[in-house]
Formats: sequence, structure tokens, C-alpha cells
Amino acid sequence: MKLSGGDLLMRALKDEGVKFIFGYPGGAALHIYDSIFKQKACEHILVRHEQGATHAADGYSRATGKPGVALVTSGPGATNAITGLATAYMDSIPLVVISGQVQSHLIGTDSFQETDMIGISRPIVKHSFIVQNTQDIPRIIQEAFHIATTGRPGPVVIDIPKDKTDPSKLYEYKRAKEISLRSYQPRVLPHPGQIKKACKKILSAERPVIYAGGGVILGNAHKELIALNKILKAPVTNTLMGLGAYPAKDKYFMGMLGMHGTYQANMAMHNADLIIAIGARFDDRITNTPSMFAPDAKIVHIDVDPASISKIINADIPIVGQVKESLLALIKEIKRSKIKIDSEALDNWNMQISQWRAKHGLDHDLYLSKIKPSMIAPQVVVQELYHATQGNAFITSDVGQHQMFVAQYYHFNKPRRWINSGGLGTMGFGLPAAMGVKLAFPKQEVVCVTGEGSIQMCIQELSTCLQYNLPIKIININNEALGMVRQWQDMNYGGRHSASTYSDSLPDFVKLAQSYGHVGMKVTKQSQLKKTLDKAFAMKDRLVFIDVYVDPNEHVYPMLVSPNGSMKDMWIKKNTKA
Amino acid sequence: MKRIISILIENKPGALARVVGLFHQRGYNIETLNVGPVFDGSYSRMSVTTRGSENDVEQITKQINKIIDVIKVSDLTEGDHHEYEFIMIKFRQSEKIQKILKGLNGKIHEKNKDVMVMSAWGPSGDIEIAIKAIGKANLFEIARSGSIGLHEGEKVLKI
Repeated sequence: MKLSGGDLLMRALKDEGVKFIFGYPGGAALHIYDSIFKQKACEHILVRHEQGATHAADGYSRATGKPGVALVTSGPGATNAITGLATAYMDSIPLVVISGQVQSHLIGTDSFQETDMIGISRPIVKHSFIVQNTQDIPRIIQEAFHIATTGRPGPVVIDIPKDKTDPSKLYEYKRAKEISLRSYQPRVLPHPGQIKKACKKILSAERPVIYAGGGVILGNAHKELIALNKILKAPVTNTLMGLGAYPAKDKYFMGMLGMHGTYQANMAMHNADLIIAIGARFDDRITNTPSMFAPDAKIVHIDVDPASISKIINADIPIVGQVKESLLALIKEIKRSKIKIDSEALDNWNMQISQWRAKHGLDHDLYLSKIKPSMIAPQVVVQELYHATQGNAFITSDVGQHQMFVAQYYHFNKPRRWINSGGLGTMGFGLPAAMGVKLAFPKQEVVCVTGEGSIQMCIQELSTCLQYNLPIKIININNEALGMVRQWQDMNYGGRHSASTYSDSLPDFVKLAQSYGHVGMKVTKQSQLKKTLDKAFAMKDRLVFIDVYVDPNEHVYPMLVSPNGSMKDMWIKKNTKA
Repeated sequence: MKRIISILIENKPGALARVVGLFHQRGYNIETLNVGPVFDGSYSRMSVTTRGSENDVEQITKQINKIIDVIKVSDLTEGDHHEYEFIMIKFRQSEKIQKILKGLNGKIHEKNKDVMVMSAWGPSGDIEIAIKAIGKANLFEIARSGSIGLHEGEKVLKI
């Protein structure tokens, strides 16, 4: 049977196993939308802004490990998708974003709703395609999914001029058995010689640290990471993107590292004699000043992307390969090796870390404190949330203080449960991302922890949540200010709160949630917090927006001292450096 | 240090822009650029000259390699190599310019009362020296191919 371009597209998406398309129609995409109407395999989720479509597809992907799909029209539809593409690109999330384009003969003529999507998105995509022949659509879709999901994953754009989906022009559907591109062959297996060298180094280390990032989650290698450390018994830290890659409850887990990492994790990094970096990229929120980074440490760096290795910090033993395959090879080599781990040195090292933890570690029992302050501490909100959900929820977040408080105080024991924009730091990510997660896991608890700043950047998606009955829970940590901006202004700008407050003009979030057809709740006292959370989580089939007023003067600590600081230089609390 | 990076890239629309854009994105400069299809025409060979430390160039080549349309990348300056540049110059009849270009395999393409067009080629260092020596007097215009090069000996950059 011969199919139109739009039908070829839908058939190809079906054959890729796509369940959801997040999108928004418009002129250049109308042929495609007609094809969507005629099929049942993929459900289309109509968002309220294209940014929401890309974030929802992104959240779906982060939670499931499958590629997310978004569909937008040309011009403003395409440009609105840019923030979501950049967000996915920075965190290596596999997305396929399909954009309608004006008809081929109009390209380059400044026609209505024309924009050069390929050009605009070029620096923030892994790859992009423009459809020149309708019959290429199935091949392009196959290649796009292959590229998005293999190697270091990332978003791929497919730009389709309207005439290429003309319903009157029909073509045969052909699907290749496998995809092979001569110009794209990502390395899977690590070099055995490098694995041998790494093994020797690891087994003879006295103060090793495992520094594991989002690559462990993207590469589905958390089990291998746990297996490795069953043998090594080394302290482990996760990056913001890596939380959940190693279980937070494990005794060797030190918490997150970096800018707002725990005291013990940052001290361990600084004092280590060996750092085993696994699927992490030494970004500036981790290393602080690179020239002052971990002065005594040798670096073993495992990454699927050779360009991530020795980009910021020189690796002594680089290992290019999939994280899973690399860890399996490493475990095998370690088991075979005759070198004995120096367990006395390692015990001393783990003891040292316990001492650091005891000295300046985070207090995870703030919520139990008998002395109730007049205002709720935001950390307490996260601790209560953790207990209300027994640590089992999918948590999405936006960007700022609330994001850091979740990273610090919600203990993630499983991968893909913590969904946030780490690299780009995109406010507005949390709510649409939660929609994608909830669609993938309708029976699981999905919570968006946000702030009154971030939530207003994609608040319109409350309407989408009603249309598709997505009963997520939104915890709005409301400090009536752009908290992280305010914190920096407190610390570095003499407390001059330039353009970071708006307490007189905030909406009534309870009424706002209600007007979108949802349940709104407001909490101003700590004594109401637990009760309100329990009540909200008992409402299984409703979206509940919980507006929690917190202390606006609270800061996120620890905080690395910068510029010109190393990882051991931290603010531990207000006016106190470690 | 000056580097010549040779790139084999799929001959597809937009492929060149991906490479050129990457230099800007990553904060590096392109000094010269040459590109043209080779063999069956399904792919092109690019030659890009840039300046940077060994670390810079390692990072550039790794990043270029990540571009999906790029098939192979090699830093020619890492080893022994041949490297040449071709130029064309239009000038007002000048013994001086003619003499300089003659020393660089110069060839006359057009010669009349007012205007003379010549081409020349040689190692890009010599070309640079020649261009400086020519100066501005009597010079109308100048076009440069940018450096192109090949590895010495048996080493080849080929699919």
C-alpha cells in the first residue's frame, strides 16, 4: 500500500515503538496532524506551548530510557522548541523533534511562519535532517532514532517542508533491517589495555573516590556500578544528574558533590589519591577552579564520548566506551587480578569520610526538630515529602534553591526517579517534564517540586494536565523571591536584591490551580505541612497544587567558594567557611 | 602553533556549516578553509587551518569527530606532511609583483595594458611572505585557496 508523507511518518514512528507525541499544530504541520488523526498507535498530547512539548518528551525519556518525541509547526512553533532542545542537549537526552517547515519552493523567501530551524538548532542538537524527498521519511526516522539513542544520546531535529507530506502524493513504505552509517560508529567496548591499567591503579589506591554522573543512568549501568563497589568498598558521590545511579541509602554513598554538594563528598574529592569518574564530565559546577582541583588525584575517566575526556581535567587513564560494558570489563579484570586491595588504608579513608560527615554533614532530621521556627524551612518541606512518598516517587524539579534542596534531602535509591535540568538549568522544565513522566507511569506517584518563579514559566501546562487527566502533585516552595538569585545577591552583592523579588504581585496559586480545574492547597505553618501532604497524596485522581510558604532568608549550603576556590573551600552556613 | 586539520565529510546539505559553526561554538578561529568533493563525490575533503595548543587541537578534532556527517579527521601537523596554498592575484603591471610570483610557480593568465592576472602556489609560509612583500601598491585583488595538504609517506586519510 502506498502512503502519503504524513502517513509514512506516522508508520515509521509506530515502528520505532513511539507511544506518545507531544505537540502543537500549525499551518506547516497540518498534513501531519491529519495523518495523526487517522491512526491509533501514537497518542498525541496537545500541550499549551511548544516549550512544554519538548520538556514533556524529555521527562518521558528520562523516566523511561526511551526516546521522547515532539512535533511542532514552523516559525514560532520551531523557535519555541529551542529551549527544550538545548535542555535535552546539555543533559544528553534522546529526543526526536519534528518541525513542520514552509513549502520547499518558499524556503528562503521570508514566507509566513518561516524560520531556518536547521540553522537555529544546529549548535544544540546531536544531528538534524531536512526532508528533501518524501520517500526518504522512513529512512530518516530510523536514522534519527538510531543517532538519538546510541553513543552519547542527544536530541535530533527533523524538519519537514509541508509539500513533502502532501496527502495526494503517495509512496511505498520501506523499513531497513538495520541502520549503519559510515560516518557514525560510536565506540561500545572499552580498550582492554586501558581496563588493565585502570584496574591496577584502582586496586592500589589508598584514597579512591567513585564520582558517577548522568552517564551511568543514561547507559543503564547502575547495577554494574553497585556491583563494582561491592568489591571496591570505595566512597561514592553522584553528580546532580547522577543521583539515583548509586543508592542513597548505601553506607558508602556520600551524597551529591560540587557547588552545593555535601561537605564529605567535596572533601573526599579534594583529598583523594584516585578519582574514578564514570559517565561524568567535570563541569564547572563540580570542579570549582580546575587548576586547584583534587591536587593529589590520578584520574580514571570512563565515558562514551571521547570529547568529554581530558576536556577540563586531564585524565591519566582514559577509557572510551559504553559505561555498562566498561564497568563489566573492569569488574572482570578486578576479579582476575592478583593485587590485593589495601583494606587498612581504605578503612582509614572511609573513617575519615565519616568524620567529615559528622562534622559538617547535612541534617536529615530537621523535620523532627521539636523547636518549630515561625517560618517553614524549605529543607523540611523536602524531608516531609520524602517521608510522605516513602522515597518512591518520581520527582521532577525546576531550577534554583528548591532543586538543590531536593538533590540534597530527597534520597534517591533508584535511577530515573530524579528528573531535572542539570546542564542548561531551565526554569519551567518541571511541570511539563512531570506530565511526560506521569503518562509513562500513570500508577506511580509523580511530584513536581518547584518554586513560585519557575512554575510561572510553564504554568499553562496545568490546562494540559486537566485535558489528559494527569494527577501529578506540585509542591511550590514559595519564598516570594527568585531564591538562588537572591542568595547570590545576599552573598556577593551586599544584599541588594536587584530584580529578584515580586511578593506584591504573585498570583493566588490556590485559586489559580482551581481555575484550571485542579485542587489547590496552601501551607504557611510547619504544623500543617505533613497533614496537607498526606491529604494531597490521598487524592489519587486529582492534580493537587500545594503552595508552601517558606522562609525567604534561607540559603543553600554547603556552597563552594568561587572564584579562586577549590573543592575543599566551602561556605558551610551563613558567614562561616569550612 | 598553526595547525592543518583535514576532514572527510559527507557531501550533504548543511554539513559544511556544522563544521564551521563548531569552531565558533567552541571558541576557536578558522584561518583558512578549503573544501571540495573527492573520489565518487559522495564525500568531501576539508582542510582547515587554525591556531592552538596541542590540547586545543585535540579538543577541536574530538569535537569535529562528533559531528555525525564527519567520517574522518586528522591533524596533519601532528606528523610529516605536504602542505601548499594556491593564490590568484590581479594587479597593475608591476615588475616587482611579477618577479615575486615567478618565484612561486607563478603563471600569467591575463596580460594587457592596465591589468595583469597571475596565479602562484607554494608552501603557505612562502605565500604569506610573498603577500607581505607584494604590499598594497598596484594590487587590485587577491584570492587564496587556503592551505591544503596530505600526510607524507604511506599514511592516508581515506574511507
